[in-house]
Amino acid sequence: MTIKPTWKSTLKALLYLAPALVILIVFNIYPIIKSFFMAFYTDYDFYNDVVFERGFGNFVTLFQDANFLKSVGNTFLFVLGVVPISIILSLFIAILLNSKIKLLGFFRTIYFLPFVTSVVAVAIVWSWIFHSDYGLLNYFLGLFGMDAIQWLTDPNYSMLALIILSVWKGLGFNIIIFLAGLQNINQQYYLAAKVDGASSWSRFMNVTVPLLSPTLFFISIISIINTFKVFDEIFALFNGKPGPANSTLTVVYYVYQKFYEEWEFGLASAAAFVLFIIVFIFTLIQLSFGKKFVHYQ
Amino acid sequence: MEIHLNKLTMQFNDIKAVNKLSTTIRDGELVSLLGPSGCGKSTTLMLLAGLYKPTSGKIYFGDKDVTKLEAENREIGMVFQNYALYPHLSVLKNIMFPLRMQKVPKKESKKLAQEMAELVQIGHLVDRKPAQLSGGQQQRVAIARALVKKPKLLLLDEPLSNLDAKLRLEMREEIRRIQQEIGITAIFVTHDQEEALSISDRVMLMNKGVLQQDSPPQEMYKTPVNQFAAGFLGNPPINFVTLAKSGNDKYLLNELAPFRLPNVIEEDKVQIGLRPENLYISDEAEAICTGKVIHIETIGRDTLIKVEIAGETLRALIDPSLQINIGDYCHLGIEEECIHYFHPETGVRLGGGDCHDDQTNMEKHA
Repeated sequence: MTIKPTWKSTLKALLYLAPALVILIVFNIYPIIKSFFMAFYTDYDFYNDVVFERGFGNFVTLFQDANFLKSVGNTFLFVLGVVPISIILSLFIAILLNSKIKLLGFFRTIYFLPFVTSVVAVAIVWSWIFHSDYGLLNYFLGLFGMDAIQWLTDPNYSMLALIILSVWKGLGFNIIIFLAGLQNINQQYYLAAKVDGASSWSRFMNVTVPLLSPTLFFISIISIINTFKVFDEIFALFNGKPGPANSTLTVVYYVYQKFYEEWEFGLASAAAFVLFIIVFIFTLIQLSFGKKFVHYQ
Repeated sequence: MEIHLNKLTMQFNDIKAVNKLSTTIRDGELVSLLGPSGCGKSTTLMLLAGLYKPTSGKIYFGDKDVTKLEAENREIGMVFQNYALYPHLSVLKNIMFPLRMQKVPKKESKKLAQEMAELVQIGHLVDRKPAQLSGGQQQRVAIARALVKKPKLLLLDEPLSNLDAKLRLEMREEIRRIQQEIGITAIFVTHDQEEALSISDRVMLMNKGVLQQDSPPQEMYKTPVNQFAAGFLGNPPINFVTLAKSGNDKYLLNELAPFRLPNVIEEDKVQIGLRPENLYISDEAEAICTGKVIHIETIGRDTLIKVEIAGETLRALIDPSLQINIGDYCHLGIEEECIHYFHPETGVRLGGGDCHDDQTNMEKHA
């Protein structure tokens, strides 16, 4: 099928694309562009949509705001805490599920459940689990003689609680993708590696990891982007607050605060823009890394 | 290294894939495991590799009992049917892989791998990825990878089945050359009788998990121990006819078609095997039977005819210069010693088949 596109065929295609395209442009593309410009509005009358002054003032204010810097720090901490643990854990579970076990379908459903459950419902359940007096987690720790931890009210532990929730929530999706990747690896490679004298660890490192690298790469890019955008889990887990003493204030939460609570549209847009740049740089780094180490069959 | 198998049995659920297999493979021998699909030959190879563990029985490598030893520690090399080359590694790194697992210093393993690549004549391709190689080249890489760690035993699982006909001929001679150059004991699995008969020192013929015959290829062809062995080897296949005794020295197929056998056999019933290439058109006096020609086929230098004798069809390879037409009646003769006798129920060989026909060329009829 190498028919050259003509004006007629292009118009026809556009007709089919139009419904989705209109919605995307109105609700996604336009806001993205608009917020990019809004980041440079330093004096703005939003009632009448009049811009008096444009400039880099918002970015200067942003980097002088201790809360913003803290939110960037928190976001990095969150990404660093969630992504590696989530990937390693889900790969481990996927390998277990990929081996010959009984009730495979049952286990797959169990692990996929968190992914399809509403974040709010999940966060409510977890806020009970984390409850300092009646929570399951503290009860469990108590069995080992550990003192009760104020998971949701102690600023030192709130980030940990958030990370635990997010890792658990993200597990299902990663496992399903990893399982699909693992099932694409021909068993003959494992037999060959066995005959070649590879121990089970070497087989994992020399067969599973390289042959799973496209999947690993995909998961790591998706996970990093997703974790940088964290918001719902915080909002639901801490009842609409960014944790005790702003301990789980992330960049998106900061944007939310500036936009909806303080009506600082310029500042909010600038913060969103900074986040975009950060995610963009990370993705570029990963892409160049991927070119080197990812093997596509 | 000598290999002993002692009553090796492998059971999958209620199927005995390998049933009480006992044999000895001598040092430096090239042995082929031959049989139809599902006969247990691949299972036997997997058991030798240690990728399966037998239900019962023992495997000895030399004096050492390796029955319970894992594949990683058996010091064997194996070539898989689809080669199983690691797709993300270059040819050289594929060959180096077993050495890397043994923690051989990089410089040395590189040298050894390069030497091995030269031996299998792919020295100029070492920087390529497996996907950039042809089937025959991948096969060579797989052999090099199997041999680089100097294993004591080389196992090949249907090594030629993924190659086209011409390459297959070339590669089977290559395998023989490499095996003899290194002097390694090698076992290969095949369902192709031609492959087995042409390059191996010894053929182990299996059926339904049971070893049928274990002998040099020529011997297996000339004196098959049972009906299965006789029927499996040879192309076109051997003709079987069951005869019942009548009178003194004549064996009958039925009332209409007498088979005149030269020697007398005690049993009341007997099954005879007649290889198509041993049959010839004769005059009535020495013929063993007479029938109507129903089919003539000329393939290259051979002419194959099908002769119908009272409902049974016999295939015979005849002299192409003879003028024969469909519908003609003809007399078929055979040298007395070329007739194989089998027990009609058990299929066990009763005698005969000591054919010393110079024209029986293995390559041609295999």
